[in-house]
Amino acid sequence: MNPIISVSNLSKVYSNGYRALNNVSLDFHSGEILALLGPNGAGKTTLISIICGIVNPSEGSVTVGGHDIIDDYRITRSLIGLVPQELTLSMFVTVWNTVCFSRGLFGKKPNPAYLEQLLKDLSLWDKKDSDILTLSGGMKRRVLIAKALSHEPSILFLDEPTAGVDVELRKDMWNLVDKLRQSGVTIILTTHYIEEAEEIADRVGVISKGELIVVDDKEALKHKLGKRQMMIELENAIDKIPDLLSSWDLELSAEGNQLTYTYDTYSTQTGIAELLRAVDGAGLQLKDVNTSQSSLEDIFINIVNTPLHTR
Amino acid sequence: MMNTYAVRVIYKYEMLRAWDTIMQSFASPVISTILYFVVFGSAIGSRIETVEGVSYGAFIVPGLMMLALLTQSVSNASFGIYFPRFTGTMYEVLSAPISFAEILLGYVGAAATKSFIIGVIILITAGLFVELKIAHPIWMLGFLVLTCISFSLLGFIIGLWANSFEQLQLIPMLVITPLVFLGGSFYTIDMLPPVWQTVSLFNPVVYLVSGFRWSFYEVSDVSIQLSLFMVLLFSAVCLATVWWMFKTGYRLKQ
Repeated sequence: MNPIISVSNLSKVYSNGYRALNNVSLDFHSGEILALLGPNGAGKTTLISIICGIVNPSEGSVTVGGHDIIDDYRITRSLIGLVPQELTLSMFVTVWNTVCFSRGLFGKKPNPAYLEQLLKDLSLWDKKDSDILTLSGGMKRRVLIAKALSHEPSILFLDEPTAGVDVELRKDMWNLVDKLRQSGVTIILTTHYIEEAEEIADRVGVISKGELIVVDDKEALKHKLGKRQMMIELENAIDKIPDLLSSWDLELSAEGNQLTYTYDTYSTQTGIAELLRAVDGAGLQLKDVNTSQSSLEDIFINIVNTPLHTR
Repeated sequence: MMNTYAVRVIYKYEMLRAWDTIMQSFASPVISTILYFVVFGSAIGSRIETVEGVSYGAFIVPGLMMLALLTQSVSNASFGIYFPRFTGTMYEVLSAPISFAEILLGYVGAAATKSFIIGVIILITAGLFVELKIAHPIWMLGFLVLTCISFSLLGFIIGLWANSFEQLQLIPMLVITPLVFLGGSFYTIDMLPPVWQTVSLFNPVVYLVSGFRWSFYEVSDVSIQLSLFMVLLFSAVCLATVWWMFKTGYRLKQ
């Protein structure tokens, strides 16, 4: 299958010397939902901005639908709709006028029936004559989505779509994403939230410090990212981990008072029960037991330090 | 193929913006022009004899029109492009299948149209105060249109260059207004001491006002050919600058 977007060896160095992207290569498949995960400043928005034509690449190339984004920008840009991260809207325009503006900007002839349906799908129809200034934050985000979809794109970029969004809009948005996917639209979204990626994406890519660390099917990645830790506090400090416990992946810390066990929540056997029995069997006295889910930040750091080489 | 829909929506959007702020866009330049008429034309003008056979009130009309055209073209065009940069809505224009020439056509076209409308309104208003004579209507119209376009281009450049509202106001305030006042809007250059006459020849507005006034009363400081050449040269310089800005993505694309 030909990729709908193909990014090859893409790098971006901003004029202040900051390297936002470093030799990124990635194919986006037609009709998929791909989530790009990464901490702030990882380069997600830069990657999207280059594909959409907002930022010039320093090196490398991108094709959309087989066309180069620079040589054939008219074709590639007309295929793409972008919902930006910030609520960037002209405040003194009505909802209706702003979606008509967007459609025209992308070279599509007016189609009031389509735009009416779009606004209805986004629960914006009764606000169509309101100035954007008067809308709530959630409504403004809906307007941004309507603008991005106004020219019937076949690829939709959602940059941090759920940042600061309430539960209802989140639900509506995922319903819409689902509907769009069924109509064959390719969706690429960026997020900090791993749960979000798990919920709706087919594939997940992780970007950190301008590099694409891993891109894989959601299920495969879940195993790689879903780490938990159990901290076992001991009554009495020990010098080394007893041989009886050598088959578990344990670390001794806090001056011999704590054993840390890292395990995979998605595996069928976590081994917690056996470990606790073995600790008891080794004659160690338990003081307390804690578990923690590694934060996304930890996971990223972890991935960066130990590359998974699925690239 | 040209994206005519895009040019149309940008143009329409910019014109709508003027319509929404009609007092600011059209009424305020007209009111200030009337004030100039009262002060310069009536109060001072009544003590000045005719200038080269033209009553002082009528003599200052082309200069007053130029003053309004220049300031309005620059402020309209600079604000039109600066505001989307400031609010961040520029992302949409940059991500659209539209060429830089089309962006320019939409924004500068709308700014020039607004200035043209203001110029015509001022001309009509002036006609209520003084007796106007337009000796060369085609030349008059030509200068009017060229001025609107070239100074809207200058405004567009300022709007791209400015990184704050202060910078946006800086050039119109510190450069355009003095150039217009010292450009022979209210007098002929030969009224000045010889040194200042020479200095004035470095002021591009002198050529504009002179040529424009010639198309009304056949009175000019410099030859009409020179005026036309200077206006065309100025337009060419602005166009070249805009082309360079687009080519390098200056302040638009990183």
